Amino acid sequence: MTVMEQRGAYRPTPPPAWQPRTDPAPLLPDAEPYRVLGTEAAGKADPGLLRRLYAELVRGRRYNTQATALTKQGRLAVYPSSTGQEACEIAAALVLEERDWLFPSYRDTLAVLTRGLDPVSALTLLRGDWHTGYDPREHRIAPLCTPLATQLPHAVGLAHAARLKGDDVVALAMVGDGGTSEGDFHEALNFAAVWRAPVVFLVQNNGFAISVPLDRQTAAPSLAHKAVGYGMPGRLVDGNDVAAMHEVLGEAVARAREGGGPTLVEAITYRMEAHTNADDATRYRHDDEVAAWRDHDPVLLLERELVERGLLDDDTRRRASEDAEAMAADLRERMNKDPLLDPMDLFTHVYAEQTSQLREQAAQLRAELEAAAEEAEAAESAKGETR
Amino acid sequence: MTTVAAKPATKPATMAQALGRALRDSMAEDSSVHVLGEDVGALGGVFRVTDGLTKEFGEDRCTDTPLAEAGILGTAVGMAMYGLRPVVEMQFDAFAYPAFEQLISHVARMRNRTRGAMPLPITVRVPYGGGIGGVEHHSDSSEAYYMATPGLHVVAPATVADAYGLLRASIASDDPVVFLEPKRLYWSKADWNPDAPQSVEPIGRAVVRRPGRSATLITYGPSVPVCLEAAEAARAEGWDLEVVDLRSLVPFDDETVAASVRRTGRAVVVHESSGFGGPGGEIAARVTERCFHHLEAPVLRVAGFDIPYPPPMLEKHHLPGVDRILDAVARLQWEAQS
Repeated sequence: MTVMEQRGAYRPTPPPAWQPRTDPAPLLPDAEPYRVLGTEAAGKADPGLLRRLYAELVRGRRYNTQATALTKQGRLAVYPSSTGQEACEIAAALVLEERDWLFPSYRDTLAVLTRGLDPVSALTLLRGDWHTGYDPREHRIAPLCTPLATQLPHAVGLAHAARLKGDDVVALAMVGDGGTSEGDFHEALNFAAVWRAPVVFLVQNNGFAISVPLDRQTAAPSLAHKAVGYGMPGRLVDGNDVAAMHEVLGEAVARAREGGGPTLVEAITYRMEAHTNADDATRYRHDDEVAAWRDHDPVLLLERELVERGLLDDDTRRRASEDAEAMAADLRERMNKDPLLDPMDLFTHVYAEQTSQLREQAAQLRAELEAAAEEAEAAESAKGETR
Repeated sequence: MTTVAAKPATKPATMAQALGRALRDSMAEDSSVHVLGEDVGALGGVFRVTDGLTKEFGEDRCTDTPLAEAGILGTAVGMAMYGLRPVVEMQFDAFAYPAFEQLISHVARMRNRTRGAMPLPITVRVPYGGGIGGVEHHSDSSEAYYMATPGLHVVAPATVADAYGLLRASIASDDPVVFLEPKRLYWSKADWNPDAPQSVEPIGRAVVRRPGRSATLITYGPSVPVCLEAAEAARAEGWDLEVVDLRSLVPFDDETVAASVRRTGRAVVVHESSGFGGPGGEIAARVTERCFHHLEAPVLRVAGFDIPYPPPMLEKHHLPGVDRILDAVARLQWEAQS
């Protein structure tokens, strides 16, 4: 029978293999970023948790100002401040159990610190000391990642491996709005959804990728909407509302742990400082925009809530401030000492066993160091003689 | 050295079969070994190297992934961070390029940046090289890119026995290995008994495939059989050529190579990747630095042309063949020329 003969009976049908893979509706983010502070939901929040979050926020803010001061003193090569984003950093660290893993980007020192890492160990990369100043396995914290979004597939692989081994471990991976344009972001989300890996992706949308604003970064309705295309839920949350962040990330972690698969969380926040000390933010954004965000400051939002509910007495306030100052003083003191580095370590950890090529180069450096030491010694004794 | 028991009979096996056997034996011996890649499961890989692994070990151990090389290698990094030993397949040389960032920014340097706390035992299998009539992006020789990255081992077998032994060693290595599989040798055969005790030698040793006195051909991977053929042909010209199979480009066996060139006084480096900025330049420089007073002639290179890999109908003009190697050998009679 030809097509012409068939015409009368023709009915359009979908191609044989087609069927919807997932119902998109439950995956879609809410239209408004989820908030707790200043809403009815705040009444249900645990006062103990809120006080804890307050102390962490105050400490985190102080850490950011101290680290920024250290760049001005030449003690840090660079510091990408998370001032204004402390709620995201703190919530990300606090929703994890000890056995879980954190995959931070270069801006997430504060999350690493809140997870319990020593403040100096957290800063070795940024001070120009060894790239990772801690054992990732010991703390379940991946190295601070400088290339954008490349740590996201690592989080997926680790979570997948943990599940294969029968461990109920969750990986939480952090990335900025700019990082969502990278191919690795796409591949990580796709792998995670296909494998139903226990991963939480946290996008801190702070408005700018260095100087490029979000509308030059994406045409998506929101970054949280991207989740739908992978078949995972997307959640939109006020990133300056620490209680909301804690609740949403906590739910995503619980879902992952129970075998529910990955979640993409977009936190709407703002970077109050420049990208780093090397950047001039006045070139690409207006003061009134910054001022508006200053009124929506994460510490201020929680403080207002606590005061409103009579949960913030002078004693709590003073203790938080004193703890933060003690941390800053300790950090200042320890960072003001030059680290002791052994140049021979350059060759120690390239391979499990040094190649003959590296052994030759190590011998060369050792000879150079010995010659320099002898020269210094000779100069020192010559000085002594002329005295 | 390979020790073959007297009793079990050897029979012809292909390099692809030996590679598959190496994967299987590694997986059977160590439950942390996981194979992942595109088409490695039901299909058994486009070259059938992973044939039967999913059936024997299940989908969790030999996993068909989404089609994304950066994702395959990137997730392997996370798996290795959690204590697994991933073996990833890149399917074709030029398909590995999307995974370069993961390889260079993370795989190669994780041990170093964590000061030894977190080594990554990942094997990246890359079917590589030309000569099989592959269309564009299916025949690249990308070893120079990998060699230029500290922290990676780069290995290329040329024989059936080495395919097995070196892949076993690579998977057992606590460091990342880029394992280059010469595509045109996949179907090369040798008498090989998989049930006999096999040598699993440490990565980094070259072998003399054919001893000779007149000159050394330094080569690896798919060019090894070509050099052996050239050495046979050269006998008619009165040349007795030594053929050194590097087997491992990183680490580089300076000792075996220099010892050979000191004996023969002449050397030609042969590989099919482009010559400019290619492995041959590095090898020639190393040989010159070590053997200058023994050399009767400059170290020559016979390499692929400095062109994007040509269409299959023209690849025979690009790939170093016996005649081009013999021409170079003729040019080693330096005194007569100058």
